[in-house]
Amino acid sequence: MNLLKIAAYTTAIVSASFVATSYAATLDDVKANGAVTCGVSQGLPGFSNPDDQGNWSGLDVDTCRAVAAAVFGDATKANFKPLSAKTRFTALTSGEIDMLPRNTTETLSRDAQHGNFPGVNYYDGQGFMVRKDLGVSSAKELGGAAVCTNTGTTTELNVADYFRSLGLEYTVVAFEKADEVVAAYDAGRCDVYTTDQSGIAAQRTKLADPSAHVILPEIISKEPLGPMVRHGDDQWFDIVKWSLNCMVDAEELGISSANIDEMKGSDNPGIQRILGESGDLGQLLGLPNEFCYSIVKQVGNYGESFDRNVGPDTPLGLSRGLNALWKDGGIMYAAPFR
Amino acid sequence: MGDNNRTNYGIVNAKPIADRDAPISTTGFIGWLRENLFSSVGNSILTIIGLLFIAYTVPSILNWTLFDAVWSGGADACRENPHAACWTFAGSWWEFFLYGFYDRTQRWRIDLVLWVLYVGVAFVVVDDDVRKTRPTSTILGFFIAIVSMVFMSLMIQHGAPVMWTMAATLITVGLVIWAWGLPNGRSRLGLLLLFAYPVLVFFMLGGGVLGLSKIATSDWGGFSLTLVIAITGIVASLPIGILLALGRRSDMPVLRLVSTLFIEFWRGVPLITVLFMANFMLPLFAPEGANIDQLLRALIGVALFSSAYMAEVVRGGLQAISKGQYEGAMSLGLSYWKMMGLIVMPQALKIVIPGIVNTFIGLFKDTTLVLIIGLLDFLSSVQTASTNPDWSIRSVPYSGYIFVAFIFWLHCYGMARYSQHLEDKLNTGHKR
Amino acid sequence: MAEVQSNVPPKKGGFSLSDTKTRGLIYQALTIAMVVYGIWWIIDNAANNMAAQNIKFGFGFLTTQSGFGIIQSLIDYNESSSYGRVFFVGLLNTLIVALIGCILTTIIGFIVGVGRLSKNWLINKISTIYVETLRNIPLLLQIFFWYNAVLKPLPGPRDVHDKGDQLWFSLSNNGLMIPKPIPEGGFWIVFTIFVLGIIGAIVIKKWAFNRQMATGQQFKTIWTTLGLIIVLPLLAFVVMGSPLHFQPGEMGTFRPNAGFGLNVIPEFIALLLALVAYTSAFVAEIVRAGIQSVSHGQTEASYALGLRPGPTLKLIIIPQAMRVIVPPLTSQYLNLTKNSSLAVAIAYPDLVAVFTGTVLNQTGKAVEIIMMTMLVYLSISLVTSTFMNWYNDRVKLVER
Repeated sequence: MNLLKIAAYTTAIVSASFVATSYAATLDDVKANGAVTCGVSQGLPGFSNPDDQGNWSGLDVDTCRAVAAAVFGDATKANFKPLSAKTRFTALTSGEIDMLPRNTTETLSRDAQHGNFPGVNYYDGQGFMVRKDLGVSSAKELGGAAVCTNTGTTTELNVADYFRSLGLEYTVVAFEKADEVVAAYDAGRCDVYTTDQSGIAAQRTKLADPSAHVILPEIISKEPLGPMVRHGDDQWFDIVKWSLNCMVDAEELGISSANIDEMKGSDNPGIQRILGESGDLGQLLGLPNEFCYSIVKQVGNYGESFDRNVGPDTPLGLSRGLNALWKDGGIMYAAPFR
Repeated sequence: MGDNNRTNYGIVNAKPIADRDAPISTTGFIGWLRENLFSSVGNSILTIIGLLFIAYTVPSILNWTLFDAVWSGGADACRENPHAACWTFAGSWWEFFLYGFYDRTQRWRIDLVLWVLYVGVAFVVVDDDVRKTRPTSTILGFFIAIVSMVFMSLMIQHGAPVMWTMAATLITVGLVIWAWGLPNGRSRLGLLLLFAYPVLVFFMLGGGVLGLSKIATSDWGGFSLTLVIAITGIVASLPIGILLALGRRSDMPVLRLVSTLFIEFWRGVPLITVLFMANFMLPLFAPEGANIDQLLRALIGVALFSSAYMAEVVRGGLQAISKGQYEGAMSLGLSYWKMMGLIVMPQALKIVIPGIVNTFIGLFKDTTLVLIIGLLDFLSSVQTASTNPDWSIRSVPYSGYIFVAFIFWLHCYGMARYSQHLEDKLNTGHKR
Repeated sequence: MAEVQSNVPPKKGGFSLSDTKTRGLIYQALTIAMVVYGIWWIIDNAANNMAAQNIKFGFGFLTTQSGFGIIQSLIDYNESSSYGRVFFVGLLNTLIVALIGCILTTIIGFIVGVGRLSKNWLINKISTIYVETLRNIPLLLQIFFWYNAVLKPLPGPRDVHDKGDQLWFSLSNNGLMIPKPIPEGGFWIVFTIFVLGIIGAIVIKKWAFNRQMATGQQFKTIWTTLGLIIVLPLLAFVVMGSPLHFQPGEMGTFRPNAGFGLNVIPEFIALLLALVAYTSAFVAEIVRAGIQSVSHGQTEASYALGLRPGPTLKLIIIPQAMRVIVPPLTSQYLNLTKNSSLAVAIAYPDLVAVFTGTVLNQTGKAVEIIMMTMLVYLSISLVTSTFMNWYNDRVKLVER
């Protein structure tokens, strides 16, 4: 009977610690847990990548930290759960994670089936990378090539559409994990590596000799990448949306983590509103009034985050391009804090 | 006395002629060669083929893995010598391989759990009677001391609170001393390990009690996660497997049918589809609002799968118990559960311990499959590390895979030898 | 002794909770109730959850166009084929790797198993190391290892061939390129004759056996068998004017062109190597145990009856060893088939990889797809175990 008792206790303990009951309001769950849990990619430099100490960094990671800063005033209160392309939506719908900032392309079917997209943190497009010694300068010359890609992504479908529309023969080798795609391409299994251009820049750093590869000029798709939240929780949707907007608006207003404390004393009513010095915008979302102050102070504005993770001075070396502010010729345009 | 040995017939030797040495060709090294390698033309040909095979493979394998390998330095040392194993890779990343993303300040909790496991297992695998003999007890004591030293220094290195270090030392040493003295210490400690140990693991790793901070399962990873999955699988599968085996051999047709269907279903599908099911369908099956952790989903899948296999192992044991045992128990007026619990099961389980160990070996190897549903197990952590930009060197993935293979091999081979040893021991019992 | 009868005669038709039969019925009723309730509970939850997440149950998606490419298919397939067709492509890919794997595993397993019993010390040790190494390393790890070990050292197709080269035999990281046999009209006649020859040989063998049983007269079937199976089809082949030719591969700009030659993709080779290496280690142990299970007395008795070593092996040892070997061997075949689902890790498009993987991901139809996949594997298991039961009944020891 002792054994039975022990077994019963074990079951009780295990189930108590594993099965959390989630309420309709994600914000309450997050507060109860003491941290925001984000689903991120399993290792994509510049977007979400762990170092050998287990510290995560990247643009998507910053999105998560921004939300943590907004809710708790502390950007470190974020947990990261690495997810494969395949398991990401289940993790979101089953309530295992609070949000999914995992370079996920916004599409109609995903929006309808899996969750909502509160915004875009990186405008991207699908491109191709090949070895320099192939002597190829355009994707139109790739007839008969083998293409390495990720299974279960829009990438896999785009590349099929693209080659079919050009009437080119091709073979596709589709892997489960992004790392395996890169490894197979690097080993020569494929002639072409295709994914979002930012992803190509990121994965290129993992190649044995990055300089021996060239990115082709063609961009074959629109890939607006952004975080996802569950259906049916408008408040949480708004919190994530305005955390993103806060970073973009802050950049537009010239607020950065370096000058934010000086800016706090600014007479500009727009700056006073966004930093919570006047008005009660934060409370409308169920957040502290100075939530945007916490975000910019601890994580930085969008430009800072971009430069730190994927910008020209990083191994990825991406230029702002489409992701520049609207006044600089890009399409980053956030609704105003008012 | 006198000369009894001498006879009157001179031609007959009174004493036996001294043994002649065996011909040189049948003794010593040459004899061994002739008998074992060149006993016939066919055998000689086979031997030569075998020698050629060895001459072709072994030197290059040894050079790659040992003599030319990079044993110290960082990634740069490996980049300079990409044509041999890069063991500094394992050296630099071993903490990640062992603990995954587990909070750095809390890793001593895993150290403690592993310490108890290895000391306990070392103790349990040595037979009670053998333990009392001189060399064995010395070796065992020595091994336990080394393991304890390694893990205690790890705990201190990881900043374990003094209280916990002392408590862990007391418990580990206390358990060993307690079990050492008891007549059936081995089996008692074994049972304790089997049932109390998983509780300890979940308390220590998960936290949330006794002032330990709570650590989300998404941070668990590496070899410790592999162990968690394997141990849960085996501990959960034993009771379920026993019940299923009893059900399958029951007189009641409904119970028999349900158990048989259950067992054959899980045995008929690959583990990977079970894991897919656990990952994608289980969230749908749970009531609305209940959110089951991904690790727990995988654990449920593994437990269901392994309990079906365990049921068949236990059934084998039940079938081996003679009818007389059942009839004897019934004639004493024992109820069904008393008959099973006191008479039949103890005998049946004893017979199938090797089978249980073999199931465990299979399960232990199969835990690697969880990487397909995105959990960061041992193999997955090594793969993740080998694609780190700083380590994108040709020899690194090979070295990583061989490292994982070696660790798995060490554990599985050890268990297989133990199972073999048990089988031999059980067999002699029947030989009379 | 008649007085010792129980004073209380058992009630007839009475109802008592202490009656084992009654209790048995109650237990069974409870079990049924629990199982039914459990299933209902699961279905109800699933229905609620799916309604909440806007998922509709149904198999209509199987006719939708898939839109993605698959690297290996044994039937016609392209991006405009349906998801239903993807299912069959995956299933056939699973079956082909399982079939070839089982054949190779049997051969290698038997060789290594016999090697484990060899009196030759060296062969014995090599076999032992083979078995003890391979069966104690996780299969998934071996698949990764072979994939990397097969892929990486091989040269790229462009390094070894120029554009337009004829490829009769080429091993590159694009896989193994061999000529494709192309049958012409008359080939099917030759094939039919070949099949008829095999049937004829079996009939003759049976007849010879029956005659030997009845009259004791022996009939050497070897020559008629050879004639029926080899010579006759060969003759037909020549008469029909060699209705089979081989088409080599052709090198294109990057890779060998599609549609020429027969290309075995490296994922297939890696998966096959790993499955065969891993499973044959288990088969070797089964074979060893099977041979060892035949007691030495059987051999001695056979010699005493005057049988020579050849017939002893064929008529005495092997039939008895097979009785021990076949059941576990079948379950190893089953394991190999189930383990081929690990293909998902290295991009070999088997059932689990393309159907339970890619299609599930594109459509989100988790319940339908996982159910279909499990049903496939369950049917394979069922067919195999039916065969095994049939075989067991046939070779079972008839005891007194």
